[in-house]
Formats: sequence, structure tokens, C-alpha cells
Amino acid sequence: MTNKVIQAMYNDDDVLMHAVKEVRAANHHIAEIYTPFPVHGLDKAMGLKETRIAITSFLYGCVGFSFAIWMMNYMMIEQWPQDIGGKPSFSFFLNVPAFVPVIFEMTVFFAAHLMVITFYMRSKLWPFKEAENPDPRTTDDMFVMEVSVDGNEDELVAFLEKTGTVEIKVTEKH
Amino acid sequence: MYTFSSKLKTFSFALMIIGLLGVGYGFLTTPSSVEDVKVILQDSHDSHEEVATQNHAENVDTHANDAHAEHVYHLLKNKPWSALYVALFFFFMLALGALAFYAIQHAAQAGWSVVLFRVMEGITAYLPVGGILLFVFFVLSSLHFNHLFVWMDPEVVANDELIQNKSGYLNVPFFLLRAAIYIGGWIFYRQHARKLTLAQDSATDNSNYTKLFKRSAAFLVFFLVTESMMSWDWIMSLDPHWFSTLFGWYVFSSMIVSAITTIALVSIYLKSQGYLEFVNNSHMHDLAKFMFGFSVFWTYLWFSQFMLIWYANIPEEVTYFVSRFNDYKIPFLGMVVLNFVFPLLVLMNSDFKRVNWFIVCTGIIILIGHYIDIYVMIMPATVGDQWFIGISEISSVLLILGIFIYVVFSALTKAPLLAKGSPFLKESEHFHY
Repeated sequence: MTNKVIQAMYNDDDVLMHAVKEVRAANHHIAEIYTPFPVHGLDKAMGLKETRIAITSFLYGCVGFSFAIWMMNYMMIEQWPQDIGGKPSFSFFLNVPAFVPVIFEMTVFFAAHLMVITFYMRSKLWPFKEAENPDPRTTDDMFVMEVSVDGNEDELVAFLEKTGTVEIKVTEKH
Repeated sequence: MYTFSSKLKTFSFALMIIGLLGVGYGFLTTPSSVEDVKVILQDSHDSHEEVATQNHAENVDTHANDAHAEHVYHLLKNKPWSALYVALFFFFMLALGALAFYAIQHAAQAGWSVVLFRVMEGITAYLPVGGILLFVFFVLSSLHFNHLFVWMDPEVVANDELIQNKSGYLNVPFFLLRAAIYIGGWIFYRQHARKLTLAQDSATDNSNYTKLFKRSAAFLVFFLVTESMMSWDWIMSLDPHWFSTLFGWYVFSSMIVSAITTIALVSIYLKSQGYLEFVNNSHMHDLAKFMFGFSVFWTYLWFSQFMLIWYANIPEEVTYFVSRFNDYKIPFLGMVVLNFVFPLLVLMNSDFKRVNWFIVCTGIIILIGHYIDIYVMIMPATVGDQWFIGISEISSVLLILGIFIYVVFSALTKAPLLAKGSPFLKESEHFHY
């Protein structure tokens, strides 16, 4: 009973947006929405929490920044100091202009790559992962809203039919 | 329609009067002869000697002392002129940058910014006034009222082979002709664009709009060439031996970030007075994004210019940075904090970009930072180690700020604050992020 979901299909993003607002106004829980392309404003209409990926990106950038400073100091000052262009590598501070591009690139590299990896992990995406979308048409022209059933199933189906859906399926979610 | 509040008008007049008094004071208190400078130098020398050892003064050759005093005399003579020049250029650059941003919006057929067009047109209204003031300043320089541009002095050129080789370009008539072409061209586009948008307000078709699109694209080509040359003429030629190939871009980055900041500040002021009700926080968000982005862009160019010269270590190039590191360390490095670190940390968060007082605080810091940027571009060549930010500098800023506020807000009263004829108006009004 608790795992039962109703899949309401829509063939237009504007209709979907209206339906989302109606369903939420009627206090039903939208479990997930599958769309063929990103729908502008859908996250706000669904009431999803704001993403925290920007914060992780900032923190990863800080890690990259610190790592690059340590790395350049280790390579160019401590481990193998060289006299490049008449600028002997005796101190980190006096050579820092030459390291700035490296530090910048490492900051970007860490922020970007670790952010993407974090995104994959949070979205539970990895190689050979089986697709989760309930209907292959959601990759083409169909929008699917999954509403979890709590209470009267027939009433919910009747309610959803009035929101402009083109097809309704009741299934078990595993 | 906007009405220029009498409070703001009085404020702008007060700024002009205080500024004028200060600028006058600055000119009157410059030492009138080399002898005066010797007294000043001796005084400061004496005060140093209270802690230092005595025999230092005896070792100084009197001849070298005279030459030094004369050098300092010329630098101090230049100081009030330079202060005025920095302020004149800074406010002119705000208007010019706003004009470039405005032309970009038209050429890109941007939808979001339509509601801000009249604000930008208000700011660019300073262009004719500022342009004429700057031109008068250049004429005075060429008549040797001041010695900011050493290559204008025939005596200097006669003893300087490098300047002689450049004299085909760096000579007074050609310099003034170029300045007239740049300023005239910019003012022409500004007035033309203003006429077209006003005509578009009551037009039944989009012919004015299409015309403006084409003219703006053409203007941008003209602007990017003339802006580069302007930066060589008006700033880089102060150090006539030195050159940097990205100097035009560097000045442009400073110009565009200050101009966008000014657009944001004027919009927030007008909103706080109950105008611009159609400007929402998504528009402010976009302006703040530009402030953030161009601050980083400025830092990129600031650093690129420095790093290449530092690494190559060619004597004729590094002198530029040697004088800045020796005599201008605090403003030269301090502006990186104001222009980069501060906007980077404050405006990085998406939510902060829609909070008006955050934009105002950061905006003021950015404007101060870019004033210092122009200061450090101009002063080392004209006053050398004799710089300090005193009455001349501050009152020059106040004077020009007063004129700027008066001109900009008078221009804002002349037309409705919404460019209602633009075909993208609906898109702009409904703009949200």
C-alpha cells in the first residue's frame, strides 16, 4: 500500500506546471517528475529544497587552492629549486607570481571535478546503472508525474484526471 | 517622470562648491619656487634627524640637493593638476563605460535590460560635459599650464631619442585631433541613440529599434578601437618610454566594472525614492553578476600585465612596476583587496546579489578601488614619490562628483524612466531568475 504510486502523464510542460501547482495545493505528495528536458521553474513549483552544490563547490575550490600552494612550494622551493629566468627559488613569496596561474587552474580543477563527482553520487548515477525512468517516452515527448498514494486511491486518480493528464497508470514502486 | 529632488540638487551644489574651494586651495598651496621646496625638504629632513644620525646631512652634495629640490618642485606643481585629471578621467570613464554597456545591450538585442535603458542614458548624459572638460584639460596641458605629459615639452623631446622616434604619433596637434575624434564620436553615438529610443517610444513600428541595433553594432567597433587608443594617449603616454600591449583592455575592464556598478547604484537610489517600480530584484541580481564577473576580469588583466613583465624582466618595462612597488605599495596592492578579494567574497553567494544594501556596500568599495586604480595609473608618472591623498585629490573628486550627480539626475528628469517603445519591454518586465 505505501509503495503504490500513480503515474500521471502529460504531453506539455505548461500543463505539467499547472498540474504540479494543483496537486501541491491539494496536499498530495509528488514523489518524482520525469521530463525530457529541464523545465524552467519546476523545482520551485515542486517546492524542492535549494541545492547545496554551490557550497561544496566553494569548499572544493578552497581545497584545490590550498593543495596547489602546498604542491608548488614542495616542487619548486623545497624539493628541486631551480633558477628560472634569473629568479632563484629561495622563497615561496618572491616566486608567487609564477605560481598564481597554477594555483588558479588547480582551484578550478578541484572545484569543477569534485562538484561533478558529488553530483553523480548524490543523484545515484554511476556506470552501468539501470535507468530509473518509468516510461521510455519521458526521454522523448512525455512528462511523468509520480504521486504517492496515501488514502483513497480512486479519489486521487479522479483528481489527477482533471489536471490535464493524457494517461494514468497505477503501479507498485520497488 | 522623475523629478530631481531639491535635496539632491542642493547636495550636488554643495559638493561642487566644497570641491571648487578645495581644488583652488590645492593650486594656491603648491610651492611657488624651488626655494620653497628646499625649505620644505629641509623641514622634513630635520624632523627625521631627531632619530637619525647627524653626519648624513653633511654628506649630501649641495649640487645634487639643488637638482633634487627642482625635481620635487616640478612634481609638487603637477600634483593638483594630476588630482584633477584623475577625477576628470574617472567620472568620464563611468559615463563612457555605461555607454559601451548600453551599446552592447542594443547590439545583443538583450531583453532583460530594457527597463534599465533610461538609467544608462541618464549616466551617459555626463559624456558631453565630461568630454569637454577633459578636452579643455588637454588643451591646457598642451599650452604648458602643467607638465603631466612630458612628451609635450620640446626640451624633453630634444634630449630623448625614444620619444623622438615616437613623435610621429606623440605630438600635440595629432594628440588633440585624436582626442576630438574619440570624444566627438562617442558623444555623437550617445545623442543619436538617445534620439532613436525616444522616437521609438511613440513609434508604431520597429524601424527606430532596428536602426539603433545596427548603429550600436557599428559604434562598438568604433569604440573598441578608439578606447584602446584613448588609453594609450591619455594614460600610457604619461610614461612615454613604457608600453603594454593589453593596456587598452586593462583600462576597459576598470571602466566597465565601475560603469555597471554606477548603473546599479543609481537604479537602487531611484528605487529607494519610489521610482523604477518595474525593476525587480532579478535585474539587480544580473547587474551584481556583472559586477562580480568584471571584477574578476579586471584582476585577470591586472595580474596578466604584471606577470608577463615581471617574468620577462626587461629593464624598460619593469621600471613601471618598480616605481609602483617602491612608492605606491599600499594603493597598488591595496586596490587588489578592494577590487578583487572584497567583491569576490561578498558577491559570490547568489542570494547576496539580490540584497540591495550588499550591492551598495560592494559598489562603493568597487568605485573607491577603481578610483585608486586610475590614481596608480596616472600619479607615478606625474608626481612620483610625492603623492598623498590630500585636499587636492579629495576635493577634485567632490567637485566632479557634484557635476556628475547634477548632470545625470537632470538628464533623468527629461524623459519617462521606462523605454516603453522597445519590442522587448514585456520580456524585461517579466524577467525573473
